[in-house]
Amino acid sequence: MRTLICFLIGALFGTGLAISGMMNPAKVISFLDLAGDWDPTLAVVMAAALAVSAVGYKVKKGRARPLLAEFFQVPSAGIVDARLIAGSALFGLGWGIAGFCPGPAIAALSTGRWDVAVFVVSMVAGMAAFSLMPRAK
Amino acid sequence: MDAFAPLQGAIGGAMIGLAAAILLLVFGRIAGISGILGGVLPPRSSETGWRAAFVAGLIAGPLIVASATGNLLTVELQSPVWVLIPAGLMIGFGTRLGSGCTSGHGVCGLARLSRRSIFATATFFAVALATVYVTRHLAGG
Repeated sequence: MRTLICFLIGALFGTGLAISGMMNPAKVISFLDLAGDWDPTLAVVMAAALAVSAVGYKVKKGRARPLLAEFFQVPSAGIVDARLIAGSALFGLGWGIAGFCPGPAIAALSTGRWDVAVFVVSMVAGMAAFSLMPRAK
Repeated sequence: MDAFAPLQGAIGGAMIGLAAAILLLVFGRIAGISGILGGVLPPRSSETGWRAAFVAGLIAGPLIVASATGNLLTVELQSPVWVLIPAGLMIGFGTRLGSGCTSGHGVCGLARLSRRSIFATATFFAVALATVYVTRHLAGG
């Protein structure tokens, strides 16, 4: 039951990525390229996604627990540390080069392209490398 | 490549936000793709199954769009594979080190006004903008 619902939620997310055009690195890069032929679509996608998910977080405030789980697992407010900034900077560098972030890259596997698969495998390898580090959690 | 597409962007974005809201309200989870994908890697736990199902859904969603609209989905890669590999490694490692990506920090984190996510999102957007400026306008590529 949980598996099926999560599959459907993932499918909704992936459908949104496909419809919005964010699965296409060319479209992401043309947003990031302020000095080029700028395409603001990504900002619209982010604004719409934020508006709807913010409603979800507002509804959550009035509830003690989720519908089908024991408790909410939302990170508590932590400090802004070097690790957060360094990781985000490294991610931003890769994102600027490839035009892919994790969600769109996985969704783009739907095209069956081998070069997308190579990218996703590299991304997973980067994650695995992190989890092998001594202090990783 | 298509030009500015605000309608598709708004519809697609709302679906992404709705998926994040449902995952939160039904299962109490953050829809952070890097965290979900990282959680599929071994060791297996009771959390592996739902994450794998979510990832499978991410791939299935676009297939449904493609068959429903008769449109092949456009994916125009911007770099050769030898460049995509180090970029993928950086993204995988960086999103785990920084505890999130565009979805976890950018959508879910900003939606709940998390201070960490605001800093993370500002950082990855700034670095990505600078990277594209350098690669497109300074490096002659």
